[in-house]
Amino acid sequence: MATAMQAVSPREEARPEGWGRPLIEVRELTKHFGPVVALAGVSLTVSAGEVHCLLGDNGAGKSTLIKTLSGVHKPTGGDFVVDGKPVTFSSPREALDAGIATVFQDLAMIPLLSITRNFFMGREPVKRVGPLSFMDMDFANKVARQEMRRIGIDVRDPEQAVGTLSGGERQCVAIARAVYFGAKVLILDEPTSALGVAQTSMVLKFIRQVRAKGLGVIFITHNVRHAYAVGDRFTILNRGRTLGTYAKTEIGLDELQTKMAGDKELQDLSEELGGTV
Amino acid sequence: MAERSDPGTPATPIVDVVDERLGRQSWYQRLMVRPDSGALAGVVLVFLFFTFAAGDTGMFASDGILSWMTVTAQLMIIGSGAALLMIGGEFDLSVGSMIGFSGMMIAIPTIYFDVPIGVSVVLAFVVAMAIGALNGYIIVRTRLPSFIVTLASLYILRGLTIALSILFTNRTIVSGLKEYSDDSFVASLFSAKLFPGFFQWLADNGIILKLPNGAPAVPGIPMLIVWAFALAVVGHVVLTRTRIGNWIFASGGDANAARNVGVPVSAVKISLFMATAFCATVFAACQVFEFGSAAADRGLLKEFEAIIAAVIGGCLLTGGYGSVIGACLGALIFGVVQQGILFAGAPSDWFQVFLGAMLLIAVLFNSSIRRRVTGER
Repeated sequence: MATAMQAVSPREEARPEGWGRPLIEVRELTKHFGPVVALAGVSLTVSAGEVHCLLGDNGAGKSTLIKTLSGVHKPTGGDFVVDGKPVTFSSPREALDAGIATVFQDLAMIPLLSITRNFFMGREPVKRVGPLSFMDMDFANKVARQEMRRIGIDVRDPEQAVGTLSGGERQCVAIARAVYFGAKVLILDEPTSALGVAQTSMVLKFIRQVRAKGLGVIFITHNVRHAYAVGDRFTILNRGRTLGTYAKTEIGLDELQTKMAGDKELQDLSEELGGTV
Repeated sequence: MAERSDPGTPATPIVDVVDERLGRQSWYQRLMVRPDSGALAGVVLVFLFFTFAAGDTGMFASDGILSWMTVTAQLMIIGSGAALLMIGGEFDLSVGSMIGFSGMMIAIPTIYFDVPIGVSVVLAFVVAMAIGALNGYIIVRTRLPSFIVTLASLYILRGLTIALSILFTNRTIVSGLKEYSDDSFVASLFSAKLFPGFFQWLADNGIILKLPNGAPAVPGIPMLIVWAFALAVVGHVVLTRTRIGNWIFASGGDANAARNVGVPVSAVKISLFMATAFCATVFAACQVFEFGSAAADRGLLKEFEAIIAAVIGGCLLTGGYGSVIGACLGALIFGVVQQGILFAGAPSDWFQVFLGAMLLIAVLFNSSIRRRVTGER
């Protein structure tokens, strides 16, 4: 499926079936932790084949929102619809089974374990021999090596520890894993915030490839430039509310930056620093 | 007859191409990132040393081998369990107390309450594993360090063993089990000597030493050694070749990351505590049926020996890395040195000095391997 599509030129590519269909719809979602209101009404729609960027400063509610979408928290109120059906997840596993995979920034991979073991963690391929079942290491190694090569990472040996990969490569492996296991929606939690320029472009390029397969991507970041490089639509969160959703054609980079910064003082400060923030 | 059940099928057929830009790793590089390479080097050194220091003392004659293999096998039994648990990210300090407790669980009901020997043994395994499960449950539920929780059970179990022995039998050493266990299947399961005919033949032909009464110096392969190898093989295969093994590595490597992708971390950890309790009970059963007696102070300090074997074998104290084979090699080093010092005629106090030094070297070595594996500089 993936390789066939890459062969067609990007402009005229035959888009996978269901392109543009809404995968996740969230309406007026609220989440309270005791007296603390973390989400005060968030609305968001993510469609197949789009990269939907979620922007917001610290404390805007980005983490709470993605933890709610990925089944870590239960929402206090509001609608959460996946593929047209209302859902309530009670564990990350249930969200995963519904096709929502989350790649957390630090928790994506276990550095001491091999690439293969990380890739198949929790979903090990099994080979039965009589009454015993063994992990099919040959199959797992082959798939891991093949998937690594597909995203352009040279692995000497899929049994080498993930710790030997760079930060950008680790993020790509985590994304490739989610795609391989049939995710329909990918939630990426600040995948580029700890990376250098080359590694960031590697991850952004891979996000584009994933979109081309018809997945919906929620890309959380507070770097507007990274968001603008791959995003189709941008939703800005502030103090637990959505300030608005903008298509890329409706909004420029500067305007997006201004909207995200939100208050006047920060904008002044930003101008004082020569617009480099 | 192998059938496949793949959770996800690849979109394209797998073509295994070797990328020509990548150099092959030398066998040396491969060896250096294995967790058990340090222990293997240690085994070689220790054997070399004692070949020179005690080669002419009978240490490597049949009965000499039996003496250090017995120590090794005992430690392999509890060391394999300790290694799996340590890779799963936890410790069990109650192993030693569990050995004393299980021994009494086998001896007292049989001798004082006319319980059939087989029932006592099964009961000992069930109760020990239930206690192991309770240890694990408390740890995964409260998220307290296993060090503290199992330190508590170390004292509770040891105290209970002594107190209950005195309560029921008015003594702390219970002997006379032989007359209940003779010729029973369970007793032979833990204390039989395999292939007596073969060893008699070896002795008759002068290949191994013969005692003055005509019996061979080594009457057969003790079941203790069979258990040790069986548990080691099962532990190694489970760890490296099954899905549960992957869960053990993941639970110890990063419990949160593992939970996020659906690994049943709590169940894995509780099962591992049950496994160490099982190993401790096997140890106890072999000892009880060998001597025909149980004592409340059996297994003292064995929890530390098990952990030392696992650490010498390359297990990281922080979990997620290690091997069962390494722990068995650690047990071999332990056994050879402990008995070798006796054969060489050196004061046995030196053994503890050696053990401490060995542990320190192993920990330093492990942390350097960890840096190599994870690419930290």
